[in-house]
Amino acid sequence: MLDFPPWKIWGIALTMLLAAIVAAPNFLSEQQAASLPSPIPSRQLNLGLDLRGGSHILLEADPADVRKMRLEVLEEVVRQGLRDASGGAIPYMDLSVANGAVSFTVRNAGDVDRAVETMRGLSQPVGQLSAQRDIEVNLADSTRVSVRPSAAGITQETDRAMAQAVEVIRRRIDELGTREPTIIRQGQTRIVVQVPGLQEPEQLKALLGKTAKLEFKLVDTEADPAEAAQGRAPAGSQVVPNADGGVLVVKRRALITGDQLVDSQPSFQEGMPVVSFRFDGVGGKRFAKATQENVGKPFAIILDNQVISAPRINEPILGGSGIISGNFTTESANQLAILLRSGKLPVELKVIEERTVGPDLGADSIRAGAIASVLATVLVALFMLVTYGRFGIYSVVALLLNGLLIFAVMTLIGATLTLPGIAGFVLTIGAAVDANVLINERIREELRRGKALVQSIELGYKEASRAIFDANVTNVIAAVMMFWFGSGPIKGFAVVLIIGIITSVFTAVTVTRLLVSLWLRRARPQQLVL
Amino acid sequence: MRLLKLVPDDTNIPFLKWRNVAIWFSIALIAASIALVAIRGLNFGVDFAGGLMIEARFDKPVELDDLRATVNEAGAGDGNLQTFGDPRTVAIRLPLPEGDDAAVQAVVKQVQGKIEASNPDVEFRRVETVSGKVSNELIRDGALAMLLAMIGISIYIWFRFEWQFGVGALFALVHDVALTMGFFALTQLEFDLNTVAALLTIIGYSLNDTVVVYDRIRENLRKYRKMDMAEILNLSINETLSRTIVTSLSMIIALGTLVLLGGSVLFGFSVAMLLGIVIGTFSSIFVSAPLLLWLGVTPDSFIASEASAEDRLKAKKATERGQV
Repeated sequence: MLDFPPWKIWGIALTMLLAAIVAAPNFLSEQQAASLPSPIPSRQLNLGLDLRGGSHILLEADPADVRKMRLEVLEEVVRQGLRDASGGAIPYMDLSVANGAVSFTVRNAGDVDRAVETMRGLSQPVGQLSAQRDIEVNLADSTRVSVRPSAAGITQETDRAMAQAVEVIRRRIDELGTREPTIIRQGQTRIVVQVPGLQEPEQLKALLGKTAKLEFKLVDTEADPAEAAQGRAPAGSQVVPNADGGVLVVKRRALITGDQLVDSQPSFQEGMPVVSFRFDGVGGKRFAKATQENVGKPFAIILDNQVISAPRINEPILGGSGIISGNFTTESANQLAILLRSGKLPVELKVIEERTVGPDLGADSIRAGAIASVLATVLVALFMLVTYGRFGIYSVVALLLNGLLIFAVMTLIGATLTLPGIAGFVLTIGAAVDANVLINERIREELRRGKALVQSIELGYKEASRAIFDANVTNVIAAVMMFWFGSGPIKGFAVVLIIGIITSVFTAVTVTRLLVSLWLRRARPQQLVL
Repeated sequence: MRLLKLVPDDTNIPFLKWRNVAIWFSIALIAASIALVAIRGLNFGVDFAGGLMIEARFDKPVELDDLRATVNEAGAGDGNLQTFGDPRTVAIRLPLPEGDDAAVQAVVKQVQGKIEASNPDVEFRRVETVSGKVSNELIRDGALAMLLAMIGISIYIWFRFEWQFGVGALFALVHDVALTMGFFALTQLEFDLNTVAALLTIIGYSLNDTVVVYDRIRENLRKYRKMDMAEILNLSINETLSRTIVTSLSMIIALGTLVLLGGSVLFGFSVAMLLGIVIGTFSSIFVSAPLLLWLGVTPDSFIASEASAEDRLKAKKATERGQV
């Protein structure tokens, strides 16, 4: 038990040396660490947002929203499918969206089979291997056909929309020039955004909360204003709120949407902030055509279902670019330009959780945590020394090496240190000595029973190891549950606990045993004060 | 050099003599804790209650009543104010306004503006908003994590020892968690995600003592087959007493440092763990060991299972030989 072959001794020494090298950059400033010559690792521990300050924002898309969007697209697809059906357009009536399906009535009973076949032909396979299709076609009664997006189809659509949303959010945040944002999809319909060190989170949230759906629509000049005030609009038109609280009636069909924008910049016109935009080739042509056909008429520029402005088309706009004026400040013009050039979100996202920590609180927390860690280590070390003497020294060495190892492992695997993580570190200091206490108490017992010194030590390590193992497994079970179910900082705490439990067993059992065996070999003691 | 000995050698404290008192005391405490949680309720933080929290730090201690009046002026509902770690830091909790994120932003701006108007030196250090949906999920996940951790540990103990030990461990865990929660209901300290993390840690660490005592009981059951069960339990607790005290003390030293110096955010968390460790030490001595007596552990519980294990081993070897 106490025999250590040389390779084992060197192995342990080498492990500790490597740990020291990996952990070392954490004790330097960021600049110092970055300027280390290349073979020396310069990686530092990631600090959680609660320590460095920053914003954590959880966004969620409404699945009903995705469904609704899907139905809108499907309605158009069905319409087009009926028009382009092989064997000639199929006459239909009452095409409508209701109860999560698009349905229509076939005018001639003889066309029903053809209509169903045509609709089935519109479906796409979901995934590459499964036989599932993205829509289900059924007959509601003898002539009414219903086309319903399948559950698998909705899931696929949601996946696509969320992946796209992550990209759009990334572009928007990159525009802010913040460094190291983390944008991760979480579950089916959620996105976590973490941006460290932001002084003004409002700006960030203003960018995240907007869908940025831009539409150009003709104003319906024939609509009755009194009816519009009641929220009613003629067929083919809709009521859209104004920025100043009023409403405007516009044609339902958009002349053009922001999807074809390639660039947008804030700028000035006659001293007022405005936003300029430019369409791509196809969009530019459509825009030119639309403006040519509607010279003299007013049209509305609508963002997220709110009218920004409704200018008159004075002349055709042929160059594919234009300017949006409205009641902008320099800041809001800049914001709109960012939103327009990073693209619209495919789904509306709501903020369902937000945590913002100021940089001062983070700095205070680090300082408090560091002081508590150091003091706890010193006090526990003193306690071990007065209780166990020489073996106490070994425990303290193990304790220090344990701290080093925790730092090294966390740095190596790129774990994030959070504030509860620091607490986990302090707790590990208190708990790590437990293994040594168990061993030392057992040695004391065996000595009292009159066993010889070396035998007592061997028995101490042997008999205590069972309880050490079981006790640590129970701790790991609890910590794994914490990691599994916990969020953010709690996960960070669990990581420190798990690492600490494993490293502490190594240092408290293996390393101290090595130290004891070296001492026995060197000093050949006849007795021990314990 | 003379070393510190907190527990004299060869103690023989008759812990088991007080087992009836101790167990009823424990049951009474658990019942009281459950009642406290049910009647007074836990002071859920924004994590679990949902809503809006603003942490503000002032240059001097503030009158909470004055500040509450200021906050209520903003018209965002009734503010719940609490000092947070020190008298200069205040956590302001508000209900989440109806509507989207813009509405939340408006409320935050308004409240901050009102406070700034009367306290120009205020610093807003933290803003958290948690929607009802997320808070419900956090409650569910937290409860599930605790439940699974307790069950998982008990099953592990059952496998490593005997079923009676698993039940004893489970009871000790319920005891420790219930009492700590009762303490939070009593003091109305904020109960949030960090507290749940602390409870999970307690679940892991309070069992350390229990495991150590159980390990010794198993060892002594094998060593002294003729000894009376109560005597074995008592002997085991006494033999491990020194270790229990030294380890608990070293944990108390570390956590005590954290309570005093760990800063405002970690305060509730550290208090919960400190308390949990003390309760856990008590339960491993007075609850989980005596429980074995009532559950009918005898020296035979182990010998029987070991004998059968030996039989299996012999049988296996025999078949292996047979195959060769």
